[in-house]
Amino acid sequence: MNRVFPTGTAPHLPAPPTVAGVMGQVLLALIPGIATYTWFFGPGVLVQILLASGFALVFEALALRWRGRPLQPFISDGSAVVTAVLFALCIPPLAPWWVAAIGMAFAIGLAKHLYGGLGQNPFNPAMVGYVVALICIPAAMTQWLAPREIAELVPGLAATLQAIFTGALPEPLTVDAVTRATPLDSLKTGVEAGRFVIEIRQSPIFGDFGGRGWEWIANAYALGGLWLVYRRIITWHVPVAVIGSVMALSLPAWLLDPGANPEPLQHVFSGGLVLGAFFIATDPVSGCASPRGRLIFGAGVGIITLVIRRWGGYPDGVAFGVLLMNMAAPLIDRYTRPRVYGR
Amino acid sequence: MIDESKVVVGEHLHRFPGGLRLRHNKRVACRHAVARPALPTQLAVPMLQQAGPPAEPVVDVGDTVLKGQLIGADPSGLGARVHAPTSGTIVAVDDGPISHVTGQPGMRVVIDTDGRDQWTTLDPVDDWRTEDPATLRAHIDMAGVVGLGGAVFPTFRKVDGAHAAGIHTLIVNGAECEPWIACDEMLMREHPRRVVTGTRVLMRASGADEAVIAIEDQMGAVQSALEQAAAELGDNQVRIVRIPTIYPEGGERQLIQTLTGREVPAGGLPQDLGVLVQNVATVEAARAAIIEGKPMIERHVTVTGDGVAEPRNWLALLGTPVAHLVAASGGYTSAAQRLVIGGPMMGYALGRDDAPLVKAGNCILVLTENNVRPTQPEMPCIRCGECSRVCPARLMPQELQFFIRSGQLDAATDISLEACIECGCCDFVCPSHIPLAEWFRHGKAEARHLARERAFADHSRERHQAREARLAEARAEKEARMARRKEKLGNDAERKRQVARAIERARAAKEKSSTPDTTEKDKGGES
Repeated sequence: MNRVFPTGTAPHLPAPPTVAGVMGQVLLALIPGIATYTWFFGPGVLVQILLASGFALVFEALALRWRGRPLQPFISDGSAVVTAVLFALCIPPLAPWWVAAIGMAFAIGLAKHLYGGLGQNPFNPAMVGYVVALICIPAAMTQWLAPREIAELVPGLAATLQAIFTGALPEPLTVDAVTRATPLDSLKTGVEAGRFVIEIRQSPIFGDFGGRGWEWIANAYALGGLWLVYRRIITWHVPVAVIGSVMALSLPAWLLDPGANPEPLQHVFSGGLVLGAFFIATDPVSGCASPRGRLIFGAGVGIITLVIRRWGGYPDGVAFGVLLMNMAAPLIDRYTRPRVYGR
Repeated sequence: MIDESKVVVGEHLHRFPGGLRLRHNKRVACRHAVARPALPTQLAVPMLQQAGPPAEPVVDVGDTVLKGQLIGADPSGLGARVHAPTSGTIVAVDDGPISHVTGQPGMRVVIDTDGRDQWTTLDPVDDWRTEDPATLRAHIDMAGVVGLGGAVFPTFRKVDGAHAAGIHTLIVNGAECEPWIACDEMLMREHPRRVVTGTRVLMRASGADEAVIAIEDQMGAVQSALEQAAAELGDNQVRIVRIPTIYPEGGERQLIQTLTGREVPAGGLPQDLGVLVQNVATVEAARAAIIEGKPMIERHVTVTGDGVAEPRNWLALLGTPVAHLVAASGGYTSAAQRLVIGGPMMGYALGRDDAPLVKAGNCILVLTENNVRPTQPEMPCIRCGECSRVCPARLMPQELQFFIRSGQLDAATDISLEACIECGCCDFVCPSHIPLAEWFRHGKAEARHLARERAFADHSRERHQAREARLAEARAEKEARMARRKEKLGNDAERKRQVARAIERARAAKEKSSTPDTTEKDKGGES
């Protein structure tokens, strides 16, 4: 008559969210940005995403195997793919295939699994991969395409594949013909050469705020990012702090010396700032955990980005900003814990 | 010490941090009026049904007991008395399943019911409006009333402490935030006058000037019923306040924060803010104890869940087997998978259904496979922070679990592990399916154990050091004495005088011992 039941610990309700679900939503949120990117610069970015994802999954599987971890739950958690997609969005669309290989080897092998795998990495893996590639193979990392509106020709799929896998575009195209300096690059070299910002901005590569084409991609990233905020995958703190700090710092500089300093919105819509603000600096594993900590973390990313853009050796500084703030994150977390109830 | 400066209860509603809006399934059990199940043939009444030490049985096998008769005494005064839920014969006083949260068996008194349900002599107060509040509190103590919201803290001790602290407001907790439980709601719907009367009785017993009955905003019918009852009773000190249905709104500290905007200080009690919180069923039990003289022998219980054929609310005798209540509710459905005492968020699972209904048992919840957490692989924490976003105590569960797992209990204690109310909100939102609440329960137990061991070690060390100090002091004193004597002997003349005196003493002793009668005496003594 008496019945025996298996027991379990409270709470008994199933927890609906999963890691794969979180990662999947991040990927979904990137779709508008990727689509816009493809529209302006051709299918190169899609090829890079596939390449990087493939390499990421292979390295993930190898690393899991070497570490003696179960393959299934971790390979399907989506985290390696998110790393790969973010990396692919940071490299030039026509970068040779081995850029993705090198980047993913460092991102997944070094930055992620050497530190203990999912959830243990102190540094953002995608940014580690990107920075390693940027420092070691700068030539391949600076071949940026011109956007559709001003390009003589946007390479199609076949040309793109040929460029990525052989390093040469089909005749009569040359790499020089399809690539242009990026807005941030020409801004930096122009200002260093003593030209005024307003003068530099006459170049057709500039749009209303940032780079032509790039600013629309940034809008699309922001759209996806806002959806992530709405879905409670990320909080508003990091994006607001990153963009807010960039605006707050660049506004007085621009007001004081508009000749040498671009306007705040140009900073926001240039380079990887919006992508970084919504998708990279918000990485929970390597970022801060508390709301106040996230504000400080985001502000740090914004400030370092601006400093590197203005005085550093690289045209953009989002990746360095994120990595440097990753180092500071545990300390920030320690001093920004929320006040516990009743204390 | 009461900080009465700005504690206003229920004027404005405030929001406690975090929490969850859970899908509620209360309606399913509220289709029938509350009824009593058939009297079971046997009741097993556990001696441990409350926080504190277990009661001690005062009956033996073979004794006949009347309904309401004391069967478990509370000699320490830290627990609660236990009474016979019905009349019958004691057939066993032994260890058995007691529906305790730990799952451990314990002492219980088993009664073969005689079906007559015959009351013992009851001792109600004459008029609670004029009776000394201390007498009212004594009645609560005698009746073995404990908090029926889940924590089962002895009500007498709580009310007594609140009275001593001089509280101003009694908060009656009708916010039943666990998604399936509806027994408090049914009590308020069916017996609003009892609830209001009980509130007034408890106000008098605790010395409160006013009272607030807090109910959830979706209990519309309850509010009008209570307000009508208050009006009929001519009461203008009891206010009914509807609060948002956010889990864990019914937690004592969260309820206080919602109603006052203030937080109970860490390590403190609600009385530090001048308030006392009692669950609505506790209020009714206190009322029955004082006005009717009835001890705590029964309670409202919701039997519900997808694993029960006909979910409903019962007024059941304590000690009734869970299986009996489920059978009365149409039995299990084929999908029944887990048996829980309490709600799905904080309740505890029973391994077998012959366990008895206890004072803490506000709900018997039978869950099916679909609404039980599947055994999915636990993933590493990705620090998404969702747990700290929903934590009503504003903790950072992601850090706590890291510290507890790695054995850094002090670090966990430093970031206020003790403030965790084990509500389980963090578990519910964790994408990595880490059993956070379970880790925190474990961590709290370990930390307490560690603290006890440390206190013991400290005590031993202090005793050892005190002993060492005492011995050292004695040694020093002895040395000082020797030194003084040596110094005296160092003087030549003095030494000669001392020697001469010693020789004199020795000679005198010799002469004395050679006197005849002493010798006689010695001999006599020896023979």
